[in-house]
Amino acid sequence: MRPRKARLLWLFLLPALFCVLWPVWFTLTAALRSSDELVFLFGPALGLGLAGSQNSTWTLLPCWPTLQPVLRLLLDSPEFFVMFGNSLVQTVPQVLGALLVATPAAWALARYSFSGRGLVWGLYLLLMILPFQVSMVPTFLVLRHLGLLDTHWAVILPGMFASFPVFFLHRGFRRIPAACLEAAHLDGANEWICFTRIGLPLVSRTIFAVMTLQFWECWNSMEQPLAFLRKESLWPLSLYLPQVTAENFALCCAASLVILLPPLLVFWLGSGALLSDMERGVLK
Amino acid sequence: MKKTFTHSTHRHPCLPWAFLLPSLVGTCLFYLVPLLEIAMWSFSDARHSGFVMLDNYKSVLQNSAFRLAFKNTLCFLGVCLPLLLGLGLLLAWLLWLLLPHSRYVQPLLLLPPALPVAGIALTWKILFEDSGLLNGWFGQFGLSTVSFLKSDAVFGVLVATFIWKNLGYTLLIWMAGLGDIPNVLYEAAAIDGAGVWRAFWRITLPALLPSFGLAALFGIIGCFRVFREAWLLAGNYPPDSIYLLPHLLNNWFLALDMQRLSAAVMLVLSVFGSVTAAVRAAVALYRRHTDACKP
Repeated sequence: MRPRKARLLWLFLLPALFCVLWPVWFTLTAALRSSDELVFLFGPALGLGLAGSQNSTWTLLPCWPTLQPVLRLLLDSPEFFVMFGNSLVQTVPQVLGALLVATPAAWALARYSFSGRGLVWGLYLLLMILPFQVSMVPTFLVLRHLGLLDTHWAVILPGMFASFPVFFLHRGFRRIPAACLEAAHLDGANEWICFTRIGLPLVSRTIFAVMTLQFWECWNSMEQPLAFLRKESLWPLSLYLPQVTAENFALCCAASLVILLPPLLVFWLGSGALLSDMERGVLK
Repeated sequence: MKKTFTHSTHRHPCLPWAFLLPSLVGTCLFYLVPLLEIAMWSFSDARHSGFVMLDNYKSVLQNSAFRLAFKNTLCFLGVCLPLLLGLGLLLAWLLWLLLPHSRYVQPLLLLPPALPVAGIALTWKILFEDSGLLNGWFGQFGLSTVSFLKSDAVFGVLVATFIWKNLGYTLLIWMAGLGDIPNVLYEAAAIDGAGVWRAFWRITLPALLPSFGLAALFGIIGCFRVFREAWLLAGNYPPDSIYLLPHLLNNWFLALDMQRLSAAVMLVLSVFGSVTAAVRAAVALYRRHTDACKP
């Protein structure tokens, strides 16, 4: 069954790994380059090049590594910090709120058979697949009625009721053997105790996996703030896209790196949970 | 399947609804109730003074932008999904045969969906612009310059971005499915003289059907998320080949063209709703069939 030569695998795997890692390496090294070097290397691609230069080139390492752009971004650009704060204010409540709401719903859909279950499940499934631009219009109308447009709540509240966490957690709860809960019932545990004392601890890794996925999703969200926040002072970091000029090129690259860091941190913390969860069969 | 349900609901019929309540209230408030208003608008004229029956729908269906977006979306799904699922299965199968529990390779494959589009957009521009890195490397090999972002070739860039972003998930879903197949089956097949390919076609593929459903579901969700990359690379009005439904809805939303927008929303919603319902019915039928076949 096992081919002796693993080379075949690496033939496919190495290009895949290269494609995954190159953008990260590119962003990392770009943040350590000076503006002059950036304009010299990549200027032509963005129309900033000198008249003579033809095409962009790339070097594996920065020629003259410098921390100056990163430091300038961190010490001397207040607008960047406001957006960083907005991102946190919008992401953290959204993720925690989604878990708070989705966990009991997923428990109900996974553990009980009741009339109407198929309908509710179909509704969640439909809302999950639907492109954001379709549900954007109804959500916009409600937010306008409630007077929540142009507040952080406009992004947080609809995001809390996303159906993806329900779907994912449902699969986690499904794995708990029924015998486990029947035993608890016999010992006199009521449904709430079954949920909090048996259900939740047994899916703790799934919860962590959902948290990771939701964090990436919320941190990267662009459509929601663009549609519901007209005030630019409320915009999150995902919309920090200043026009690249020769002067601020290095600053933009440094910003690209800083935007990347929180999801990478969460990736480092959460990918283990996500992976073990998938191996144990949430994704079956 | 049914075994996992506990039977205490006979004692408390309201119990599941109590657990569902917070989620359902929010879903109804933010998605369902306003949809009724949208449905009303889709049948009324611009000043909400009277019903115009199907005029809005007619105007949407005759709109060339809507037709283009609808066709492109189907095209994009038709190209991306088979490519994603096929490539994912191939890589997952190889990975499963050769290093099933790697601590290093598999986490790395999950990295692309974690990378923020905003941080990656600049990289993509430098890579794909007319005098960008890719064209620079093309030039060294004597190939002519390809205008990746300003011609219809941007469709290819978008497909590549989609695959890059979603291959990791797909691969892990396939691998989870592969891990579920008992090794005894392969051993029995080997004793009966089946080769690697035959075992793959006759054992692996049929056993992967549930994983296929899940991978396809995640793939479809990913297909509509690709709007972010498309928007950052090409703006509100990209080259024709990647003018997708999200672009159209977004532009009508920005133009406050509420009549056509609500009609389009209802149309897209009904297409999605009927496809979802059909797929669920098919799955239920298939399950009943396989349950009946079991001894």
